[in-house]
Amino acid sequence: MVAASAHLTDQKDTSARVWQVLKTVADPEIPVLTIVDLGMARDVRVDGDEVVVAITPSYTGCPAMDTIEADILSALRDQGFDHARVETVLSPAWTTDWMSADGRRKLKEYGIAPPPEAGAAKKSLTGQATVVRCPQCGASETECISEFGSTACKALYRCTVCREPFDHFKCI
Amino acid sequence: MTSTDISKGALFEYLLRLGDNCLVLGHRLGEWCAHGPELETEIALLNIGLDLTGQTRLLLSCAGEVEGEGRDEDALAYLRDAHQFRNLLLVEQPNGDFAMTVVRQFLYDAFHLEFYTRLQQSSDARLAAIAAKSVKEITYHLRYSAGWMVRLGDGTEESQGRMQVALDELWRYTGEMFEVDEIDQSIVAAGIGVDRAALKPLWDQRVDAVLTEATLTRPDDNGAAIGGISGIHSENLGHILTEMQFLQRAYPGATW
Repeated sequence: MVAASAHLTDQKDTSARVWQVLKTVADPEIPVLTIVDLGMARDVRVDGDEVVVAITPSYTGCPAMDTIEADILSALRDQGFDHARVETVLSPAWTTDWMSADGRRKLKEYGIAPPPEAGAAKKSLTGQATVVRCPQCGASETECISEFGSTACKALYRCTVCREPFDHFKCI
Repeated sequence: MTSTDISKGALFEYLLRLGDNCLVLGHRLGEWCAHGPELETEIALLNIGLDLTGQTRLLLSCAGEVEGEGRDEDALAYLRDAHQFRNLLLVEQPNGDFAMTVVRQFLYDAFHLEFYTRLQQSSDARLAAIAAKSVKEITYHLRYSAGWMVRLGDGTEESQGRMQVALDELWRYTGEMFEVDEIDQSIVAAGIGVDRAALKPLWDQRVDAVLTEATLTRPDDNGAAIGGISGIHSENLGHILTEMQFLQRAYPGATW
């Protein structure tokens, strides 16, 4: 019993350390966010000496997935986790509602308008208008230039007050 | 019935149909790279192509696993010949001008969204997960293509004329989307697939609403061109494969 509970504590401890490492892995295309901010890191399992990290893609064709996997493994190796594996899960499908509040703030400071708020994804996908605020001047008078932007996860907008074009993190 | 009760061959064929539609249309959109009418438009077409390629990878990987002969997504995409492809004729039609590309995309997106919305209820957990993921992307695709249908249809005399030409040209390939055969029937009966014939009224409704707003005339249903899903393709597919498969054919096993 004592041994079993010590083992469980070990596992929890290891899992917490792995999550700390994941919080340092940046998204290769939006380096101001980590994969934890984005909600792409879904689960950590500890099985003996093996660590399994489950991640989910933002978009099915996201070209950054291979890099993210390599970055996770390399960050874990640096912290002494030599036996690690990354698996991709699809269900439940990723949504911008999983982006952390901290992630939204960092995104705005970086000049990308974040998805409005948790719960907005469904509204956006069902065609209900959501307000996208200009990350530069904060105005809500903005217009969509293109539903698609420089990466799969972004759309292109323009502020009609300060005239600055900006990226908006698409709400899905 | 569960997926173990239906024949492995039928499920493999069914997955090829889904995967090949995404693969071929994704490749067609990729052909716009460096040829788009303006930067934003080109980025949009390539983004849609990228989503479709991502969906292809999931579907063909799944097909390879079901087949169990050791073929992965790459083997299925790059090492099959035209008669082994199971895509609809619509998606292999040439890009033409921007009007042709937009109309082809819209006609397909309207079908794709209805199909994948229902595929989320598949009894096959993998397919249900792929569908739930894809449906979000397809919603964006349809919003884009429907937006351009209206902008160009209800646009200038020139743009409206080109859109109507494209619509008249591509309409004959839409009937195939709703033609079902024994493979469809067995997969639908097993609760895995979606009854495409039943999607026709939903597709009609969606398409008619946009055509009306775009002030375009719906062509008559004068006989559908079919054959793609059973491997009988137009010469267009051969031209696509010549380009798409060149590297793996010329340098087998090449990686980078």
